[in-house]
Amino acid sequence: MPGDTLITSENDTDIELDFAGVEDFQENHKREKHYGKRRNGDRQQNKRENQRRKRSSKSVQGIREESQSKTERRERSRRRKGKAEHETSGHEGNKRERDQTRAKSTKSKKNIKNEKTRKLEGKEDGEAQEKSEKGKLKLVCAKNEEKIESGDQLKEKEKALGVKKKKKRRKKVVETSSEPETSEDGDDEEEVNNDGEVRPELLSPEELEKLKEAVDEKKKLIQSLRGKPWPMKQKLVTLRESQLFVEKYEGALGKGKGRKLYAYKVMMTKKWMKFQRDFENFKTACIPWEMKIKEIESHFGSSVASYFIFLRWMYSINMILFGLTFGLVMVPEALMGRPYGSIPRKTVPRAEEAGAMDFAVLWDFGGYAQYSVLFYGYYNNQRAIGWFKFRMPLSYFLVGVGTVAYSYMVVIRTMARNANESGIGDDNSFNFSWKMFTSWDYLIGNPETADNKFASITTSFKEAILEEQESRKDDNIHLTRFLRVLANFLVLCCLAGSGYLIYFVVRRSQKFALDGLENHSWWERNEVNMVMSLLGMFCPMLFDVISTLENYHPRVALQWQLGRIFALFLGNLYTFIIALMDAINLKRKEEKVVKYNITMWEASLYNGTGSENSTAPPITIHPADVPRGPCWETMVGQEFVRLIISDTMTTYITLLIGDFLRAVLVRFLNHCWCWDLEAGFPSYSEFDVSGNVLGLIFNQGMIWMGAFYAPCLPALNLLRLHVSMYLQCWAVMCCNVPQERVFKASGSNNFYMAMLLVILFLSTLPAIYTIVTIPPSFDCGPFSGKNRMFDVIQETLESDFPAWFSKVFSYASNPGLVLPFILLMVLAIYYLQSTSKSYKEANVELKKKLQMQNEENKKKNKQAALKAQMDLEEARKSASQTAVHQRNNNDSVQRREDDEEIDNKNQRMYHGRNPSPSVGNREPHFPVRDPGPRNAHNGNHGNPRYLPGFHQQSEPRMCRVPSLERH
Amino acid sequence: MGTTASQLAKDSLSEYQELTFLTKQEILLAHRRFTELLDRDERNHPNPRVPMEVILTLPELKSNPFKTRICQVFSTSEDKDGSLTFEDFLDLLSAFSDSATLEIKSHYAFRIFDFDDDGTLDCGDLEKLVNCLTGETEDTRLSSEEMRQLISNILDESDIDKDGTVNLSEFQHVISRSPDFVSSFKIVL
Repeated sequence: MPGDTLITSENDTDIELDFAGVEDFQENHKREKHYGKRRNGDRQQNKRENQRRKRSSKSVQGIREESQSKTERRERSRRRKGKAEHETSGHEGNKRERDQTRAKSTKSKKNIKNEKTRKLEGKEDGEAQEKSEKGKLKLVCAKNEEKIESGDQLKEKEKALGVKKKKKRRKKVVETSSEPETSEDGDDEEEVNNDGEVRPELLSPEELEKLKEAVDEKKKLIQSLRGKPWPMKQKLVTLRESQLFVEKYEGALGKGKGRKLYAYKVMMTKKWMKFQRDFENFKTACIPWEMKIKEIESHFGSSVASYFIFLRWMYSINMILFGLTFGLVMVPEALMGRPYGSIPRKTVPRAEEAGAMDFAVLWDFGGYAQYSVLFYGYYNNQRAIGWFKFRMPLSYFLVGVGTVAYSYMVVIRTMARNANESGIGDDNSFNFSWKMFTSWDYLIGNPETADNKFASITTSFKEAILEEQESRKDDNIHLTRFLRVLANFLVLCCLAGSGYLIYFVVRRSQKFALDGLENHSWWERNEVNMVMSLLGMFCPMLFDVISTLENYHPRVALQWQLGRIFALFLGNLYTFIIALMDAINLKRKEEKVVKYNITMWEASLYNGTGSENSTAPPITIHPADVPRGPCWETMVGQEFVRLIISDTMTTYITLLIGDFLRAVLVRFLNHCWCWDLEAGFPSYSEFDVSGNVLGLIFNQGMIWMGAFYAPCLPALNLLRLHVSMYLQCWAVMCCNVPQERVFKASGSNNFYMAMLLVILFLSTLPAIYTIVTIPPSFDCGPFSGKNRMFDVIQETLESDFPAWFSKVFSYASNPGLVLPFILLMVLAIYYLQSTSKSYKEANVELKKKLQMQNEENKKKNKQAALKAQMDLEEARKSASQTAVHQRNNNDSVQRREDDEEIDNKNQRMYHGRNPSPSVGNREPHFPVRDPGPRNAHNGNHGNPRYLPGFHQQSEPRMCRVPSLERH
Repeated sequence: MGTTASQLAKDSLSEYQELTFLTKQEILLAHRRFTELLDRDERNHPNPRVPMEVILTLPELKSNPFKTRICQVFSTSEDKDGSLTFEDFLDLLSAFSDSATLEIKSHYAFRIFDFDDDGTLDCGDLEKLVNCLTGETEDTRLSSEEMRQLISNILDESDIDKDGTVNLSEFQHVISRSPDFVSSFKIVL
């Protein structure tokens, strides 16, 4: 090909011929015969057009390694062009010498140009090829359509190219008129091309339109370039050329003033693109812990990394929750609310004052911590605070609702996105192929993990084969059944036992609390949390031991294990909540007593001091001395905070003891121990992805539950997550070994999300229940004095909004409107569900159809092949005198036809066009099964007319005629 | 291209960003890692080529059973020795990056699995593929009976036009429905 370009440029051939050469090359290269034929027509048309315009041209003189037909065609065109040459030869003669010197200088430029054209062609080809490959699997009719489409597209592109050329010619004419001595075209064109001066006013609107299209196409190409499976060099060249092209012709597209604007617009889009790219870079640079996670990913595979990604995601959610509570609740109250010590609820009571600053008390979130913005009780019920009248109670309520609403939104959105990504994941039809093609985790960079992965892949293969054969025999089905029942019974016992234990402990702690916490030991005070954490730590281990009884497949066993841990945590949490409800009821009884006492106390106060003179200044009592109610909301908040703290502590301690200490012991005692510690019993621990994820999920559930009563919870959780990110990253890298069974991450992703959603629902239930049903304490919290907490909404509506608004609101909340609305939603859900169901059914139908068609095709092919073989044998007998080369020719043609037949007889274009290796490779198979379905179709055994007829058809193109008849 | 200094030229950096799925940082990191693989005198070479053996020492590729195939597929070297230039290396990372499309990933996966480079996955390719996946050791190998069964099952599922081989479009069809191909077909530096 380089020779080609050289020759053309040296001889000042017109661009048209050059272009033809490129086409020839490409055609030859791709062996696309059918398409080439089509294109031939186009090309010849181009050439004729050329001559009409009296373009002077010279022919290519070098002999190339092209197919003979092509050289012939060129010869023909040369002859035709010869005539035109006569007319211009005189003119040309003078210029020859000068031109040749110039040609040398422009040679390189021309080379570039040639390459550009070629690239363009290549691009078209690439696209067409891609199209054809994509279309291949679709139903046959669809395939045909697509083929035609792509053919059309190609034609269009050719047209666009033609326009480009025409335009160049125009420019040339312009140049000739202005500078008569440089009328020679080849050079001229180079100059025009290189100085890049485009004169839009000389272009007709439709040519402009086409040019615009070409430019747009180039732009599209630039954008899609990264998605092309080409080597970088090719992409680079294409990119540079397309950019050059776009730059050169883009400016030409506007006129006058519009041109400037257009150029400006182009510049701005360029800048914008660059900015976007930089922003993308910035965004990825901003994702925290990316490198840490990648490191873990390469050591432990994607499943362990998925835990850390989940952790990071949790962190981001908690960040938002923290932002909400901190910015809208805690900070306003701290800055603009009444200061500490101004009112009773903001002051440590006299009785507690002595030990309020002790660390032990603070650690329990009593003392000063209890009477601070961290807890519900501190907030005042003043309707508006600060100089810009911040509606504190309303904000508190809305933030509580917003936290939950935001969490729901995020979880559901993530779930939907995951579901979209995994697509039709439950489709089981490619079970084996997926195991084969997608089971390797390319992220694994650790030899040990790789070994484990090899083993797990092998077992999965073996299992799949066994399952497929269904020859698996259970050795003793009764024993396994018995063991499984036993195991479940044991697990149920464990669950019930842990539930009772928690209930017992919580009741006991209430008794302690009534006695006064000071009289009890540390253990008795923290019994509830410790018991819960310990249960959460040891029960899963117990379950693990029990599950060995069951002899399940590991994946099933994992699911059971997860389910049991889930049940355990949930049971514990709910027992805790039920016990807490009991505590709330106790507190409320206490509150009634206190309330009565306070009225008595106040009365006695006024009676004692102020009865004589009502105008005397009211006696000032220090707020610390004022008697106050128990404030059950703060109590609930405190319980949750303590729970979180102890949970965090146990997690970290287990991590340190269970992982780090174990690893240290195993490592250093191994030298002086009687058995191999590393390989034997204790060994190193594995990272327990599912357990950790469950822990995280339940932790989050507690946050959601308690956040309303303790605004500090998101902040605490944020801290905890931050620390565990670093701690667990470190622990995993330094003292864990890769899992023996490497599970894939993606399958479980939505499973975890679903669990999170369930937990979110279950944890908002009690919170909402308490908010809706229990009246708030009378002397603490932002809602004190109200009958219910949500009354704050009504109050705001009445006092802060115009009357009509509250009227509208009351109408809208009228059951007559709400009920139809709910009904409508239910109907919409029903409708959507039924449509999705029908889509699924349609999918199954289509799949069936596809399979049927496949089978049918197969059958047909087989029959045809059989018949054809018989025919061919007969034909051979009858026409034994035909020469060997003829038969060869024949075979090749038939092969082609058989090819077409297989793809449902309409793919002629497609196969000719598609250079994909599949076709090329398929061909060698055909002689075995095929020779010539066409005979079969003719139904003419040993057709004597047939072979000789074939003999005459030396050009492959002609052989399509009979097949056309057939269709 | 053609930048021999340890720093990439600004132009080519932006071009690489345009042409790959990598971010600027990733390209720079790749460049650093790539130059680390070169000898001192090789660094002055205009377009240095790292032989396959050296590329395979990268920890990211070391334990990958398809490492030689990956090098061979992405290599543009004429003598098919699997050596990579920096641009080939970028191509590799781009195809294996997080944001690469399913289409390009499956295309390259197909070429990696196509051991004899004939454009289809036939029985020989599949057998080699299974052997790669099950590792070198004896105890993880499948018996020939199992292998035969496995391959026939795979062909049953994915060979839609029933020609005894899996071609690119069939392969892409199968892959596109897999839930975890995109997430596992990844290599990050």
